[in-house]
Amino acid sequence: MTWFLVHFAEIVFYCLAAVALAGAVGVIAFRSPVHAALSLLGTFLAVAGVFVLMQAEFLAAVQVLVYAGGIMVLFLFVIMLVKARDIPDEPQYVHRLVPAAVVLGVLLAALVGVGIWAASSGPPADGAALRLVAGVPLGNTEAVGWSLYRDYLLPFEVVSIVLLVAMIGAIVMGRKETGRGGAA
Amino acid sequence: MISTTHVLVLSLALFTLGVVGMAVRRNFITVLMCVELILNAANLNFIAFSRQLGDLTGQVFAVFVITIAAAEAAIGLGIIVALVRLKQTVNLDQVNVMEG
Repeated sequence: MTWFLVHFAEIVFYCLAAVALAGAVGVIAFRSPVHAALSLLGTFLAVAGVFVLMQAEFLAAVQVLVYAGGIMVLFLFVIMLVKARDIPDEPQYVHRLVPAAVVLGVLLAALVGVGIWAASSGPPADGAALRLVAGVPLGNTEAVGWSLYRDYLLPFEVVSIVLLVAMIGAIVMGRKETGRGGAA
Repeated sequence: MISTTHVLVLSLALFTLGVVGMAVRRNFITVLMCVELILNAANLNFIAFSRQLGDLTGQVFAVFVITIAAAEAAIGLGIIVALVRLKQTVNLDQVNVMEG
């Protein structure tokens, strides 16, 4: 019982990792895009759980709201819109797997490298620094907001312009052609 | 105690699955989902190193990555809608006009 309590975080992490990986495999394996999207939803939620374990509570909330809420709805909406289920089965070419196998091999070599490197890396820093606002311990959300609006104001504004451009671009591309003049 | 390595390995596995999915799947929508997987793996790395170093910068950058992922999803799905209107398919093997 005490073992269970001592290793509670690890057990939660392994469960979340298993869900995340199963979801990712499902994205690749499912033929139906709807099933793949729902599988991806599981991965997003599990990754949000890992964010909580990594003391990034604000990002976990953002992950659930933006990914699981926004992006997933967008995906499902488009899948329904284009009736992707009616498109005949895609051919799976074996020769497409060759570059994938090469990439996989390189990444697994990298995995071994990470393991060796980890043997020499120290324990994580004290998590208290992740919730400090101007030296006062408040909370993760306050700390991220403080850093975002004080240290990274210019990148924040630039990224909002990127979002605006993406939104306009998506509207322009998704619009029906309306003859000459364009004003519908 | 979950070590940073644990998270890095999970992130590596998610990234690998995303890359493999992009290579083997021919459905445009599924390929976009694999891009989201890869961006999630990048976010996991940012968060893990943020905790390892006790520095908030990683979390702030993860916010930016999520924003870019949202923009990418909107643009990609807009392209899919336009593509289906033009060619009635989401199969990437039938969209090879620029392949030469």
